[in-house]
Amino acid sequence: MSEVAALAAEHEEPLPAWSLPRDATQRIAIANPLPERVDREWAIGGATGSGVRVCILDSGVEAGHPLVGDLAGAVSIAIDENGDPVAEEDAEGDLCGHGTACAGVVRAIAPEAEIHSVRVLGAGFTGSGKVLLAGLRWAVAQGYDVVNMSLSTTKRQFGELLHDVADTAYFNGTVLVASAHNMPVESFPWRFSSVVSVGSHEEDDPLVWYANPDPPVEFFARGVDVDVAWLGGGTIRATGNSFATPCISGVAALILSKHPALTPFQVKTILYLTSTNVAEPHGA
Amino acid sequence: MPDEPGRLEAAVAAGVLASEEEFARLLRSIVEVARAIFGAKASSILLFDEETDELVFAAVASESEQSLVGRRMPSSTGIAGWVLSSRTPLVLDDVRNDPRFARDVAERTGYVPQGLMAVPLLDDERVLGVLQVLDRPQRSRFSLQEMELLGLFANQAAIALSLLTSARTARAALAGEGDVAAVARLAAALDRLEDDGRGAAVSLLGSLADLLGRARD
Repeated sequence: MSEVAALAAEHEEPLPAWSLPRDATQRIAIANPLPERVDREWAIGGATGSGVRVCILDSGVEAGHPLVGDLAGAVSIAIDENGDPVAEEDAEGDLCGHGTACAGVVRAIAPEAEIHSVRVLGAGFTGSGKVLLAGLRWAVAQGYDVVNMSLSTTKRQFGELLHDVADTAYFNGTVLVASAHNMPVESFPWRFSSVVSVGSHEEDDPLVWYANPDPPVEFFARGVDVDVAWLGGGTIRATGNSFATPCISGVAALILSKHPALTPFQVKTILYLTSTNVAEPHGA
Repeated sequence: MPDEPGRLEAAVAAGVLASEEEFARLLRSIVEVARAIFGAKASSILLFDEETDELVFAAVASESEQSLVGRRMPSSTGIAGWVLSSRTPLVLDDVRNDPRFARDVAERTGYVPQGLMAVPLLDDERVLGVLQVLDRPQRSRFSLQEMELLGLFANQAAIALSLLTSARTARAALAGEGDVAAVARLAAALDRLEDDGRGAAVSLLGSLADLLGRARD
């Protein structure tokens, strides 16, 4: 044993290196959490989303909307006079309707999940990229199980920073579900492999989702002509990847409520294995 | 105060660019084509004014709503605000089911649509404004193909808006007090000269350009 290793052993601390000493392999033994065959029954059968914290990073959420119910928390992110981001309790609700729509889609799939709103839109267009980044950082720091991000930024300067936050989420156990852009433009964070990216299909069923063999968009979910919650307790019919994304967030919440120890990597694998075209490749 | 690099050339180029009226016609034509291809009742372009953080109606395809041109609204609330801030298109139908939404739109536009499509006008990583298409016919379903068409169309509108904003920037520089304005005054004086005087002035300016070129080397 080297002098350094001996010293570390003496203090019962792991070596400060990204490696695994031979005598530590027992310490990291992991029981495979996946059955021999992963199917929807195993993945989400009987699941309600109970015990799972889902964050809607958006325009705010209307608390008490019949299709949303109570919120477990709501903050708004703003930039203070020193240019620093601050999170304050949000009393304004939803400034557009979009966040409420996303929350309603999650609630319909995972009725017992906790829904938290982090508002990153509405504080003025200027600085919106900074607010978006700060909001995502804040959400990841809260350790939410799932963060639904039905928006993206085209600003490359924020792209790189968002990449770091997305990786932090991935390693901290937060599943970040992000909308692919509806137009052929570069935007972030949906293009990163550490997030679950979602586009739309044209079918009617919120529990039909497809794995895309040709990424960067990884999954397709219902996003066309969807009846969604909107302001004032009402509903409207909406189209866009924005509404497909919370379908996958809702399913991720179901998976995690049944199997809370899974990592984002495993959740994505299960989403893949249970997707309509993989689980029922011939439309069974 | 020295002008930003490139502004001088841009300002000179603006002299050969279209006038504000021609741009207004271009934008009007874009919204009219948008209305026609989607078979919609109305269409409009909202330009983002960075200085005031507002959206301004720049063109409207609807005879009765021409008074909307120039009207302003906050950049970060409502549907257009969301589309601008999130840089993501949004397609909504049956919006009259939502009384608050209907009131909101009516207050802003004087017209309550049944449905609307709103798409950001993106120039690389910048967002210049929002294109709205109101009340396309309620077919059985919206299709992703229509969404694609909307995106392609928005791209064209964004190019027109990008040209408009560069020309405005250049014209503002010409009207100001900087280097660009000094050259503009020179150009205006040259324009007023005739025949002999003009020939001599052009020759003098040619020598001046040579001299400035040598001074730089």
